Amino acid sequence: MALDRWLALFIALIFLIYGYTAFFQMDGLLPPILQRNPVWPSTFPKILSVIGVFGALCVLINIEKTDRQIIDDIIVENWRLYKIFNALTLISGMVIYALTLRSLGFLAATFLFLSLSAALLGERRFPLLIVVSGMASYGIWYLVDSVLGIYMTPFPAFLNIS
Amino acid sequence: MIEGFLLGLYTALSVKNMLMVIGGCIIGTFIGMLPGLGPMSIIAIMIPVAISIGDPAAALILLAGVYYGAVFGGSTSSILINAPGVASTVATSFDGYPLTRQGKAGKALTIAAIASFAGGTVGALLLVFFAPALASVALLFHSSEYFALMVVGLSAIAAFAGSGQVTKALLMTVVGLALATVGEGAQFNMPRFTMAIMDLQSGIGFITLAMAMFAIPETLLLVLDPSRSGKAGSKQTDITNLRITKDEAKKITPVIGRQSLQGFLIGVMPGAGATIASFLGYAVERNIAPEEERKEFGKGSVKGLAAPESANNAACTGSFVPLLTLGIPGSGTTAILLGALIALNVSPGPRLMQDQPEIFWSVIISMYIGNVVLLILNLPLIPYIAKVLTVPRTFLIPFILFFTLMGAYIGQNNATELLFLVGLGVAATILRFASFPLAPLLIGFILGPMLEDNFSRATQLYDGVSFIWERPMTAILLGIAVLLIVLPAMRSRKASKELDSG
Repeated sequence: MALDRWLALFIALIFLIYGYTAFFQMDGLLPPILQRNPVWPSTFPKILSVIGVFGALCVLINIEKTDRQIIDDIIVENWRLYKIFNALTLISGMVIYALTLRSLGFLAATFLFLSLSAALLGERRFPLLIVVSGMASYGIWYLVDSVLGIYMTPFPAFLNIS
Repeated sequence: MIEGFLLGLYTALSVKNMLMVIGGCIIGTFIGMLPGLGPMSIIAIMIPVAISIGDPAAALILLAGVYYGAVFGGSTSSILINAPGVASTVATSFDGYPLTRQGKAGKALTIAAIASFAGGTVGALLLVFFAPALASVALLFHSSEYFALMVVGLSAIAAFAGSGQVTKALLMTVVGLALATVGEGAQFNMPRFTMAIMDLQSGIGFITLAMAMFAIPETLLLVLDPSRSGKAGSKQTDITNLRITKDEAKKITPVIGRQSLQGFLIGVMPGAGATIASFLGYAVERNIAPEEERKEFGKGSVKGLAAPESANNAACTGSFVPLLTLGIPGSGTTAILLGALIALNVSPGPRLMQDQPEIFWSVIISMYIGNVVLLILNLPLIPYIAKVLTVPRTFLIPFILFFTLMGAYIGQNNATELLFLVGLGVAATILRFASFPLAPLLIGFILGPMLEDNFSRATQLYDGVSFIWERPMTAILLGIAVLLIVLPAMRSRKASKELDSG
């Protein structure tokens, strides 16, 4: 089965859970006064869940009867040629950055994210890498903190410096 | 109307807003030139900056400038290195890149700039007349008509998604609408679908979703397939002679006129947008060209370059008509702009022209100024701006990802939002691999609360759904919506059956 149909099956399951919540879980919490209202908080989700399951099934059974359209030259069958390791490592890097932004502080977390990501993608001019990452980390922190006025912890939490 | 126009002129010509237009155009051109980064990603990245300005007119002027700049920048990378940064400039590369290979890169860029300028200018002029007329009609609409109109807009977006894509686009729209129901809505004051996660109480952030749908997949695709970066980082093409001959000017003038008009009308239709306008513009001009000129198309024809350029710029302007007058975005880009306006407490719609004329008119006027800026500032600067193409991808990709993360963080000031961003971004990348269009999802997400709000109001007013048949306009609009979905799906099914049997 093609990837789009697997995804349609997954989306159908999500909509079934969404619909179950809308039809059987949400209305129990509704105060009696609101129950006299013609529109409940669950009304719109109920309609969406029905259309969502129907739409997902249409994609699943390929109702339009057309071959999969290839957009942007992405050919899923060529997945072995793609740099999946690099992509997964960068995704992990983003997750680690999100988790350490507060504890490591903006400057260290950003410096490490920029320099390690560039090194992963093949950058080997390390002195340049360090200078660019360092300048960008400080420059953007200054811009966001001082110019835009959005506070961001610059240093690691254990140093207790703000 | 004249009073509002003058107020808009005064606002648009203020030093601050002029700087916004110029800055937006330059930033947009720089980033739009980078292969793989479209206007939607750029605008999504720029939204936190625009919102932090605080002034809705200035923010929208900046974002509109970025939009035009990005489209112009996309044309430049199409012409110079055959790597369109934007889908709407793919048709530009058909004749633009052959001209570069013939050593006429400067000429090609000049034609593209003039055609873009003319397309944008004609579009802005038509907008001045179209938008107020449509807004005055829209003032007669009630909540039930608004609900129906939004359903028509969403259906049109799915219908124009292309052969075999209608059901997928429809499904993505519904996913977007469903995502919009997460959190504590203003209408019911009770949390929905939050799964007991505190950070979901206020719903999914619009900036987070916009970045996740466009910036993250674009960047991850550049990592997965390095050849998508085109020849970025390679030696820059020499751009010297920017002049065009009299004969060439004579050839492109009628093309620009026709395509500016056609592009604008296509842009006004929800879902059609700049990409369809540019391809259709190219196809029309090729079909009506004399036999000997037709042979030139694809090999470096000046007409083939001018047609998609004027059409896509006019369409960009046209797409502002439904946004400003009805509050309905016709494309992913205008959907992001709508989200930014809502974040700035501005509700686009027919009342915008009356309640906040300075925003309405200053945006329209700034579009014209933006086109002038692109022509007189960018063209001489192109040889220097094109140096951005030499930035190595090893630096480019981490920086794009970092700015994306920062955008979501600044927007919500919450590190958990970054985890949502990464999760949604990975999901969006997988959806792109399966050819699911992502713009309808974002449009559904942005229109979701308004759609539910109008539906609820109409239902309360009529104590049920009788408004569907009691208000003829609503019934007609909903009928159009059904036809928009059913007809293309049936047509592609029929075509496929004929192909199977034949």
